[in-house]
Amino acid sequence: MSLILIAEQILNGLQSGIMLFLMAAGLTLIFGVMGLINLAHGSLYMVGAFCAAAVAAATGSFALGLVAALAGAAAAGALIELVVIRRLYDRDHLDQVLATFALILVFSEGTRWVFGSFPLYLDVPAALSGPVTLPGGIEYPLYRLTLILAGLAVAAGLFWLIARTRIGIQIRAGENDREMIAALGVDIDRLYTFIFALGAALAGLAGALVGAIQSVQVGMGEPVLILAFVTIVIGGIGSIKGALVGALLVGLTETLGSVFLPEVFKLFMAPAAATQTGASLSSMAIYILMAGVLLWRPTGLFGARA
Amino acid sequence: MKFRTLALGGALCAALAGMASAEVKVGMITTLSGGGAGLGIDVRDGFMLAIEQSGRTDIEVVIEDDQRKPDVAVQLADKLVQSEKVDVLTGIIWSNLAMAVVPSVTAQGKFYLSPNAGPSQLAGRGCNKNYFNVAWQNDAFNEAAGAWASENGIGKVFLMAPNYPAGKDMIAGFKRFFKGEVSEEVYTKLGQTDYAAEIAQVKASDADMVYYFLPGGMGISFMKQYAGSGAEKPVMGPAFSFDQGILGAIGEAALGVKNTAHWSKDLDVPGNAEFVESFVAKYDRLPSLYAAQGFDTGLLLVSAAEKADVSDADAFRAALEAADIQSVRGAFKFGANHHPIQTIYMREVVKEGDVVTNRIIGTAATDHTDAYGADCKM
Repeated sequence: MSLILIAEQILNGLQSGIMLFLMAAGLTLIFGVMGLINLAHGSLYMVGAFCAAAVAAATGSFALGLVAALAGAAAAGALIELVVIRRLYDRDHLDQVLATFALILVFSEGTRWVFGSFPLYLDVPAALSGPVTLPGGIEYPLYRLTLILAGLAVAAGLFWLIARTRIGIQIRAGENDREMIAALGVDIDRLYTFIFALGAALAGLAGALVGAIQSVQVGMGEPVLILAFVTIVIGGIGSIKGALVGALLVGLTETLGSVFLPEVFKLFMAPAAATQTGASLSSMAIYILMAGVLLWRPTGLFGARA
Repeated sequence: MKFRTLALGGALCAALAGMASAEVKVGMITTLSGGGAGLGIDVRDGFMLAIEQSGRTDIEVVIEDDQRKPDVAVQLADKLVQSEKVDVLTGIIWSNLAMAVVPSVTAQGKFYLSPNAGPSQLAGRGCNKNYFNVAWQNDAFNEAAGAWASENGIGKVFLMAPNYPAGKDMIAGFKRFFKGEVSEEVYTKLGQTDYAAEIAQVKASDADMVYYFLPGGMGISFMKQYAGSGAEKPVMGPAFSFDQGILGAIGEAALGVKNTAHWSKDLDVPGNAEFVESFVAKYDRLPSLYAAQGFDTGLLLVSAAEKADVSDADAFRAALEAADIQSVRGAFKFGANHHPIQTIYMREVVKEGDVVTNRIIGTAATDHTDAYGADCKM
């Protein structure tokens, strides 16, 4: 187990964590401000990937594909907020879960209806393909490195938006007391639609960025959705800072666990049994992490104190 | 979702024409929605093409979607047997679903023709006189690949498959015929989409070659990421990791990859070129090996229905065993456990014009039979 391999795995963990953050940020904003559990967030991730694949195939430009992913997912988000979600704010969480689960089915079958059942082709742009050599002799895919930087840039932009702009003040106020900001003359309906579309656009961006190195197919959003929920529970529901820290923790735990746990077990077990046990335990690792965090801080790392 | 092909008045026409063929009712349970839908759709389209080309209007096919869920498949099988009263069942893609359905329907005296899944249990102790596997036993492609790798001087391999029974079967099949050394054996999560960690392990290992079984979206993700990682070890796998549906989504990143299969669209045997041509004409896409298996299953059913009345189970079974068909795989016959004895080829991924597809480069195993037949007592 060389140092280069360890460094490469840490970069891999950071990369998957930062993409998870894009998903989790929207989810935690929507839950924090509107008190809504949105299971259909994974479908918006899928919509982003499909928009990017379709536009990139038609125009040959990955950048235009990304723009289409942002626009398509934001539009889908705004549409479902206006048509479906708006009616759910006053209902209890079970109704929200049922309705947004139905949206998953609608989006999945709708996408299949439009694009068919076969996975779509979406590839990394030529300028970003291939590996680069980092200081210390680490050979790392340029595209993954770009993902880390792009994700950090989006995170910085989001913190600036929340902390420094008028709309950010309204979002924070909405989290604390929605009746009060409505009474102060903020158009709360428009604010909610904006936040929902923003969260959807982030999910769509993540879908398009990750879709280029994974498979663009129906149902691609649900596994990520589960991880995103784990992330916001670890980070504290409603906290963007919590989502960032939680996402990095989950990404690193998952990546490093799947590589190093089998190695650790090999120190005192037969190789075949060690591989088995290590693989099984590494799939549990993030849930063990979540349980540990919740024991220590029941509202998550950065959650509001009850 | 439910599709029905009803051949109304078929029996009447047949009677008017004075033919002795009886009506056959087929129940197809396959995956038409969810992650693995591409496979089920290919099997269905291939099967229906064979029925259509036979010109027989008295074969009725009821098609149902199992959503890749074993519980749904079991319910559908009960419904097809009890209320639709089908004579023959077919269509299941996944080994875990086949294990849930096949033993119960064959015990009820129905015929089951497997167009895809071939779990080892059903080839050995759990074999049944009414169960016919038209595709392969799970281990077959991997055994052939293991033999080919040994013959071609591969010393050390890096093995990878999802952590579930079929994944372990495939890796065990490869190791059965591979004489070299296994440098690492990695089991990933079923449905995993990011393989950065595994690819880093591949790069750090001393293996000469990577061998993996990752069907569907898993294979697409791995191959795209592998190609961009700077890893240069050659890649091989069973055809499930590189079928036509997957290649379209991977693109040029898969060029040069070797994989084992019993069929390829350029296989030069009578009937294959016509099959590929008519499939493209009807569905406007290249057939995958799943489509070829569906087509052969349809041919087998038609051939048996020509020879015998399905109500005479012994005669119908004998007609199936004879397998008197012009398979798109060339010579085709069943072993004693009703699994195919067939030649397995080595294919390579190439680009033909704008299309990334497979081409045969040699034979990996001739008249290959499975390792479990000895345990089968019918």
